[in-house]
Amino acid sequence: MKLTGAQVLWEALVREGVTDVFGYPGGAILPAYDAMLGYPIRHVLVRHEQGATHMADGYARASGRVGVAIATSGPGATNMVTGIATAMMDSSPIVCITGQVGSKLIGSDAFQETDITGITLPITKHNYLVTSAEDVAPAVLEAIAVARSGRPGPVLVDITKDAQQTSCEVDWDAAAPHLTEAYDEALPGDGEARDAIALINAAERPLILAGHGVMISGAEREVVALAERGQIPMAITLLGLGGVAASHPLNLGMMGMHGEAWVNNAIQEADLLIALGMRFDDRVTGNIKTYAREARKIHVDIDRGELNKNVRVDVAIAKDLRTALDEWLPHVASGNRAAWLARIDALKGDSAVRDIQNLPDDGHLYAAHVINDLWRLTRGDALVVTDVGQHQMWEAQYYKHNRSRSLITSGGLGTMGFALPAAIGAKIACPDSEVWVVVGDGGFQMTMAELATVVQENLDVNVAIINNGYLGMVRQWQEFFYDKRYAATPISGPNFAKLAEAFGIAAATVTRRADVAGAVEAARRLKRAALIDFQVEQEDSVYPMVPAGADLHKMIRRPSPIVETAAD
Amino acid sequence: MLHTFAVYVDNKPGVLNRVASLFRRRAFNIESLTVGHTETPGVSRMTVVVDTDEYGARRLEAHLYKLVPCKRVDNITAAASIARDLALIKVAATGEARTHVMQLVDVYRARIVDVSPESLVIETTGTEDKIDSLLEVLRPYGVVEMVRTGRVAMARGTPPTRRSPAPRSAPVAAETGGDVSHGSV
Ligand SMILES: Cc1ncc(C[n+]2csc(CCOP(=O)(O)OP(=O)(O)O)c2C)c(N)n1
Ligand SMILES: [Mg+2]
Repeated sequence: MKLTGAQVLWEALVREGVTDVFGYPGGAILPAYDAMLGYPIRHVLVRHEQGATHMADGYARASGRVGVAIATSGPGATNMVTGIATAMMDSSPIVCITGQVGSKLIGSDAFQETDITGITLPITKHNYLVTSAEDVAPAVLEAIAVARSGRPGPVLVDITKDAQQTSCEVDWDAAAPHLTEAYDEALPGDGEARDAIALINAAERPLILAGHGVMISGAEREVVALAERGQIPMAITLLGLGGVAASHPLNLGMMGMHGEAWVNNAIQEADLLIALGMRFDDRVTGNIKTYAREARKIHVDIDRGELNKNVRVDVAIAKDLRTALDEWLPHVASGNRAAWLARIDALKGDSAVRDIQNLPDDGHLYAAHVINDLWRLTRGDALVVTDVGQHQMWEAQYYKHNRSRSLITSGGLGTMGFALPAAIGAKIACPDSEVWVVVGDGGFQMTMAELATVVQENLDVNVAIINNGYLGMVRQWQEFFYDKRYAATPISGPNFAKLAEAFGIAAATVTRRADVAGAVEAARRLKRAALIDFQVEQEDSVYPMVPAGADLHKMIRRPSPIVETAAD
Repeated sequence: MLHTFAVYVDNKPGVLNRVASLFRRRAFNIESLTVGHTETPGVSRMTVVVDTDEYGARRLEAHLYKLVPCKRVDNITAAASIARDLALIKVAATGEARTHVMQLVDVYRARIVDVSPESLVIETTGTEDKIDSLLEVLRPYGVVEMVRTGRVAMARGTPPTRRSPAPRSAPVAAETGGDVSHGSV
């Protein structure tokens, strides 16, 4: 039976198990939209194509399934660029389908023609320009396979309008992807499991560094097994939070620029770092020259390109993490590292007294309190999607994630505007999860149009705006490093509660700590979307902080004890 | 140090662009890149020379493997190999100078492939060193134009020079227009 290229597109997606897509129509993709009506697909109409890519991304991160976004040529396609780059940096498997002008028009600067495969070449794992109906099935099937395989990431398929309209026969067996397996072969210079095991068994002060790869590989249990058997403490990257339960006694917490002081200090004192599915980003190493100088290093990552990139390691293993750990575990000696664990306890030292959590209610509303209450009231069980800025770091510090894939945030690219659309995707992937968006007043205003999508799709998504009247994280840098010269960081906003109501969303405004719990509970009880505008302390800062490029152990600490705000 | 890679890729539109873009994006400097057909239809072979250290070379190899159209990468830097460069050199030599130039061409086992009243075109093949040296001695006579292909290389003997991989039946890649062969960056 002959199908049009447009039908082949949907047939291929459906065969691969795709049930939901996020998109926005236009001329060059119209044939595909028309054909969509014949297939069992839920299409979520977004308000901006950037939103479609973040939704596909949130969908993928929440579920581990491939997220699909679709847009027209030209502006539709270019609007996807930020979302594609975001997914690339955070290894999120999404497939973006774009319409393209007719194949005869390519290169002629036709109406809404853009070289989107050229534009997205460095920010996709791969992309395709499909100019005939026959090529649709192999391209779409391969795109999905590439997005999921190895280190996941975004793939774009650009399909000309005539390729969507023409008909062809499809041989589905012949269209199945044949990806080169060469990358799976060991290469000269690869480390050996036995070298890793020997280092682990000999170490006195080992530390596991667990990243996003733990969840992508599904190695959550294996990592904990390694930690427990060897009595090895664990430090977690921002994207790794939730992969190991925050409540696990060997889980020290988050590392890096806004990580816990004792975690960063432990890294500097360790004699062995076991880096699992993380990539030594500059935000977690600080000054590379002084980073973990006493430690031998083992690095496991499925992407060989990450090995020996930022940090030179002793044993570099390019492998799926779970497979690697399964090999190691039987040979890891059960350890007793009481002295090292006691040392870390000592490092925790005065952190507790500095913690803003222990500040009595002085009439001010601090973001940390809001997050802490949210954590308490949701019993740490919500799926939280955060935006980028101070609130993102406070969430990471004060919301204790015990569940894998229960925190979704833009780490590598740090994309403001990510949270609301990503949460929509996450809610659609996991309808039974309680979803909370934690977003700044700045980032929210970048993509708040997607509130309309929340309403049109009838989604029970809760939004907590941490409203400090500033582009807070930038203001903090200005406070610390630019002499408090607040250039372009004070930001106004609408009355967010009224705005939400205009969209048909229940809303509240909270200015006092005593009112936080009531508002959160009300939002939770409501089985549809709710928004709370938390008007928090304006000039609060995130502590501790390792200034960019500074030594990891040289952190700016919260002034202690906190008295200056208690006076008024 | 200079590393030489033999890179086997699908002979599909846009593949050269992908490889070149990878080097640019990862901030590696290409000393030379040549590309042409292999003995296997559908598979092209690039010879890429890059200035980097051992870790850089390994990462580059890893990144090349991540390109979907890339089938195999051999770092033949350490292998015993034959490397050749081809140059066409136009020299403005008349009268007595012309005789001198022709003698030099003989010494270097190069060939004169075009003669016009004002100039000669010399073709030479060899290692980059040999061509550099010929160029040096020709310079005083007035080199008016020169073009070089860049290095092509092959490991000696059988073991490392495996047969080039089979082409992939699978689809299309981006870019319309010409294939990757006969290109050079
Ligand atoms: C798209 C984008 N533009 C600019 C930035 C730089 N940036 C990082 S954090 C930040 C401030 C965020 O302000 P807000 O959303 O109010 O969150 P807050 O830090 O106040 O919690 C800015 C501008 C960014 N990360 N992303
Ligand atoms: Mg703000």
